[in-house]
Amino acid sequence: MSKIIASAGIRGAHKIYARVEKKYQELLEKHGPDQEVAFPNTGYYLPIIYGILGVKIEKLADMKQVFARATSLIPPPVKEKNHLPYLAPALDAGMATFFLQEMEEAMKYIENPDIYQLGEDVTDENLWLGAADDVIMRKRGVEFVDGTAPGFAAILGAPPTTEIAVKIALELQEKNLYVFMVADTNGRYMPDQLKEAGVQIGWPTRLVPFGKTVSAAVFAAGFATRAAMSFGGIEPGDFRKILIYNKDRIFAFGMTFGEVTDEWYANGLACVNYGFPIIADTPIPEVLPTGICTYEHVVANIPYDKMVSKAIEVRGLKVNIAKVPVPVSYGPAFEGERVRGDAIYVEAGGPKADTVVEWVTSKAMDEVEDGKIEVVGPELDELEVGTRMGMAIVVEVAGRNMQDDFEPILERQIHHLVNYAKGLMHIGQRDIAWYRFSKDAFDKGFRFKHLGSILHAKYHQEFGGICDKVQVRIYTDQDKVKPILEQARAVYHVRDERVEGMSDEEEPIYYSCTLCQSFAPSHVCVVTPERTGLCGAYSWLDCKAAFEISPTGPNQPIEKGKVIDEFRGQWEGTNKFVNQASRGAVEFYNAYSIMDNPMTSCGCFEAISALAPSCNGIMTVDRDYNGMTPCGMKFTTLAGSVGGGAVTPGFVGHSKTYVNSKKFIRAEGGVKRVVWMPKRLKEELREKFNLRAAEAGMPDLLDRIADETIGTTEEEILPFLTEKEHPALSMDSIM
Amino acid sequence: MPDEKKTKKEEIPRSVDPASLEVLAECTDLQPIGTSWDRLKKQHPQCGFGLKGLCCRHCSMGPCRVDASKEKLKYGVCGVDSDTVAARHFVRMIAAGAAAHSDHGRGVAETFLAAAKGEAKDYKIKDQQKLYGLAMDFGVEIGDRAVEDIAIEVGEKSLGIFGEQHGPIPFLKRAPLKRQALWKEHNMEPRGVDREIVECMHRTHMGVDQDPENLMMQGNRAALADGWGGSMLATELQDIMFGTPQPILGECNLGVLKDDEVNVVIHGHEPTLSEMVMVVCQSPEMIAKAKAVGAKGINLGGLCCSANEILMRHGVANIGNFLQQELALATGAVDVMTVDVQCIMSSLAQIASCFHTKFITTNYRAKIKGAQHIQFEEHDAENIARQIVQMGIDNYKNRGVTKIPKAKCNMIAGFSHETINYLLGGVYRSSYKPLNENIINGRIRGIAGVVGCNNPKVTHDKDHIALVKELIANNVIVLQTGCSALACAKEGLMLPEAASQFAGPGLAEVCETVGIPPVLHMGSCVDNSRILMAASAVVKEGGLGDDICDLPAVGAAPEWMSEKAISIGQYFVASGVYTLLGTTFPTLGAEGFTDFLFNKHEKLTGGMWGFEPDPMVMARKMIEAMDGKRRALGLDKGKERVLFDMAMRRELDAG
Repeated sequence: MSKIIASAGIRGAHKIYARVEKKYQELLEKHGPDQEVAFPNTGYYLPIIYGILGVKIEKLADMKQVFARATSLIPPPVKEKNHLPYLAPALDAGMATFFLQEMEEAMKYIENPDIYQLGEDVTDENLWLGAADDVIMRKRGVEFVDGTAPGFAAILGAPPTTEIAVKIALELQEKNLYVFMVADTNGRYMPDQLKEAGVQIGWPTRLVPFGKTVSAAVFAAGFATRAAMSFGGIEPGDFRKILIYNKDRIFAFGMTFGEVTDEWYANGLACVNYGFPIIADTPIPEVLPTGICTYEHVVANIPYDKMVSKAIEVRGLKVNIAKVPVPVSYGPAFEGERVRGDAIYVEAGGPKADTVVEWVTSKAMDEVEDGKIEVVGPELDELEVGTRMGMAIVVEVAGRNMQDDFEPILERQIHHLVNYAKGLMHIGQRDIAWYRFSKDAFDKGFRFKHLGSILHAKYHQEFGGICDKVQVRIYTDQDKVKPILEQARAVYHVRDERVEGMSDEEEPIYYSCTLCQSFAPSHVCVVTPERTGLCGAYSWLDCKAAFEISPTGPNQPIEKGKVIDEFRGQWEGTNKFVNQASRGAVEFYNAYSIMDNPMTSCGCFEAISALAPSCNGIMTVDRDYNGMTPCGMKFTTLAGSVGGGAVTPGFVGHSKTYVNSKKFIRAEGGVKRVVWMPKRLKEELREKFNLRAAEAGMPDLLDRIADETIGTTEEEILPFLTEKEHPALSMDSIM
Repeated sequence: MPDEKKTKKEEIPRSVDPASLEVLAECTDLQPIGTSWDRLKKQHPQCGFGLKGLCCRHCSMGPCRVDASKEKLKYGVCGVDSDTVAARHFVRMIAAGAAAHSDHGRGVAETFLAAAKGEAKDYKIKDQQKLYGLAMDFGVEIGDRAVEDIAIEVGEKSLGIFGEQHGPIPFLKRAPLKRQALWKEHNMEPRGVDREIVECMHRTHMGVDQDPENLMMQGNRAALADGWGGSMLATELQDIMFGTPQPILGECNLGVLKDDEVNVVIHGHEPTLSEMVMVVCQSPEMIAKAKAVGAKGINLGGLCCSANEILMRHGVANIGNFLQQELALATGAVDVMTVDVQCIMSSLAQIASCFHTKFITTNYRAKIKGAQHIQFEEHDAENIARQIVQMGIDNYKNRGVTKIPKAKCNMIAGFSHETINYLLGGVYRSSYKPLNENIINGRIRGIAGVVGCNNPKVTHDKDHIALVKELIANNVIVLQTGCSALACAKEGLMLPEAASQFAGPGLAEVCETVGIPPVLHMGSCVDNSRILMAASAVVKEGGLGDDICDLPAVGAAPEWMSEKAISIGQYFVASGVYTLLGTTFPTLGAEGFTDFLFNKHEKLTGGMWGFEPDPMVMARKMIEAMDGKRRALGLDKGKERVLFDMAMRRELDAG
């Protein structure tokens, strides 16, 4: 009965309007119209209002126009008899609800800047995380892009018992979904329930408590709205595209527990605008005919054990669940889970235990017995609680299409593949890998051999094109670890030399990468041996392997063809490809230039370099740095102005490691042009960067580059650069 | 006519509408002229050749009765056969209908241009967005020009459509691409409105075009010049000046007349005067004047399509449809009735004279002997309207005994194709997608346009109501205009509550979701152009083929009587829609030509005519046709739910 829902939602919107308007007047009086208002660390202002209405809210005074818009959107109540059509007005009232609540939440930040915990993690004092900043949005957004997270569940209220809450959360995690929690049911909060049951909550485990009131639902929609703008390249104010993008690409839905109030209905109607259906546990009216959402709009009275599967069916989502034969839950949602202190059963590697080494090597077909998993040494149940140890994991792979070059690719997968197991923590790779096995996982039956089960299963599932046979040996016998370690280190060295030796000049084939087209439909990357994909996730070798695994997939070979400009990095083949892929918008580009027709950028880049004109150089900032930069923009603002598939001279998006490539902005002089980087990025890049700097005849270059401790404007850093005799200052003008 | 048929005709009830029956029972003394029913009875037996389309009086060698089945009457004096006689007659009906709608459109365009130039100060541009849309259709530059400048150019281009010699008329571009290509291929694109009508008259003159199918090529072209030309232009410009309709509550039937208020009644088809009359009736000054003569206020009501126009935009009460115009006067409660053009019975002046009613003609094109004429001038619109309302107020004291029936009914009107687009998704998600999807998933079986007039040859309103009820019971959503809309409104079918009461479960569920009645009032008879636009919007939304003729959509006019109905029907047929008439069909005596209209025409345009006097059988034929289209679209089989994974999302079109 849509009428009941529309009537309630419209009533709810009226109530919300009255409440928010009152608060607005109060704050106006107290702080004046020029009071600044913003969510923390975002370049998207109040993102729903910015995305849908194209309006930037920066001061209290800016909100006035949004109230006016809300007034025009909220219709009179639905008449009992001979009513006018109500669906459209109710959907409008829903959008008005989001606008109003977003302003309400922003005003909460004025009244109490600490109302929500900043960052990804909850604390004992504050369970509520509020608005996701742009760092979180981009980092998590990439998971939406690459498919590790197909969408999110926005949960209103709390299930009746802790047990059900835990079960539903786990089930959603197992389906790789994010869980955004808001509001209470009779004073009961879902994050409390999860915490009580010892479930880790926060962005890393995808169980995100947004806020105590239903108005915090805007944080979920704000996340979705930003995804459309940053990854979909949709302009603010292009509301139809933003909403359809969400309907088609962000597989989100709402779930309600307990009584659905008028205000909840208003929020539900807003969700329907985004194509997000509502699944309720109570017998509220249903709206089944399709049209705004992909399938049904409101489905009610679903038993708790069916709610998640029903939600996924109604949303039209196909979740490819990894079937891995391990006794614990398994999926990307558990990747960010931590195992700490008392929860640790056994620890291997890391600063306090002996070395752990991981090594993937290819063998001939007859040398590998598929599915053979051997634990050489004691199993987990033969060890004392609190044991610290070394370990070696050797994976032997055979396949007709397997190549030595794919070994490091498979090896690098170990980190996230084992981390997906609930109760297991993994850090690092190669000979700096670090494992923690939790008591909880142990109690559920997890053993060392299951590491082998995971790798065997997942290599077949995800790399079936190159892996025909996989066998795993896990050495826990400490004496046997060392020889493996030495063997592996020798191989690492050879590999590094090989990768180091690869050059764009020698390779006739480059690869396209359109992996992110599920979210960034207009962007295409060209990946060369010396320039990884700008998300940082895909190197040339990765693309090559991916093409072997899936010949029609998102990585396709591009013959580079005739060299047009070797110095700037321009080839006939890549030009043709980019021209075609951009439907003629980009006719050509220079792979190694920032000033002269640089490559286009999507929204997923790890780092951005931008012109610093007064310093005659460039600055480079990565997405984890959320402070101001010398070009006058934070990363997120820069990202907004560079992304979307446009060629923007003076700006280019790239991976972090590209800074250490010999081809990094070669046309402008390479690393010697870099005048500023965040301190943390400098440290991360130091080792390789120093090599490049030495080649350029300036081994101490990194220390001549300014960072945020020196200054965050060109004026502030120029004296430092002058003092350090930074090479950029004496180079040809960059302009 | 054989005696038994005559007896049968006399036996049918005159109306199913209780209000009309109540007045009919009372008004036995409208002598000597009587009501249309009385006069029809006196006209029996009607000319059998005329009824079948076989009477030709295009030259003075005739009149000829040409009937292929009678050896003696096989040929007319000039040698013409029955198919050519019927075809010429049919094309002339199209020409007359198209002329009526288009001259209406021309009048609106003239008022519009005068308003844009500031020469008709009482009219304004109310819907700027729609003006810009029209400007784009006409290739008029928008830029940062003043609204008035744009409006002047749009007005001039609008008028230009009538006299244009080469064409094609610009609105054809609004049709689906495939339809445009088909019209082009068959050389069916109208050049200018006037030119097509003139050519109809030329070709049907004695001794010109004597190939029935070739005649119909011109008939199609003239009809398209109506639907996608004159009518559409009238609708567009009226919306720009008076506002694009949005859902609004109104009431209808004779019971809306009031005993204690001055009853001002407008009748005809053009909204230019009625809009002004409405403004004047609402002015405090005039209400005070009404009170001064002892009335409680001024009650404005309308008949036929002038009434539909102000009902759609302002919710002004609708007294009734075509056959109720005499009955409205017969209540004795009408203080002044003003008429403009079309469907105004000649009898009104005489009937008015039986009461105190002032009867006023206002259009120089449409004078009636015995009526008082006040010429409507757009540059002095409000004053003229005030003069008319004043006459009503002054006349209130002269009222005798009134017999106002109680029956009246609420209704929701105002479903323009733009508002349907909005209603299906709101400001931010407006689209036809929910309609398409629910047609695809079978909740809605198809779309029916049920339109047209009343005709005393069949029981007033009965066939409209029976047909529409049967359609909605079978999950067919019904779009209506004109007198047909009013018939169903009186029955309560245009209330949201009708969905659960009369509609099949699928349609009812969709109506409940959106909050709409199962039967949508889309306006006056020129507003059938809105149905063309809605059909095109459905095609463009996707999933239901790529041309109007692919849609599970059928048209009908069960109680038609005017030549406009033939023109409307023909532009639907030319646009790819199977269209049925009830009551009678004007070519039935010419077998070959009728076969062309009823069958072969489908190969030409994807649309064809049909005839079915029984509304239940008509409903069945319509539903079968829709099911056929559904089968062709592969919609007869259930669709599996598609679940999307990442790879499928990647393949979605950008944007």
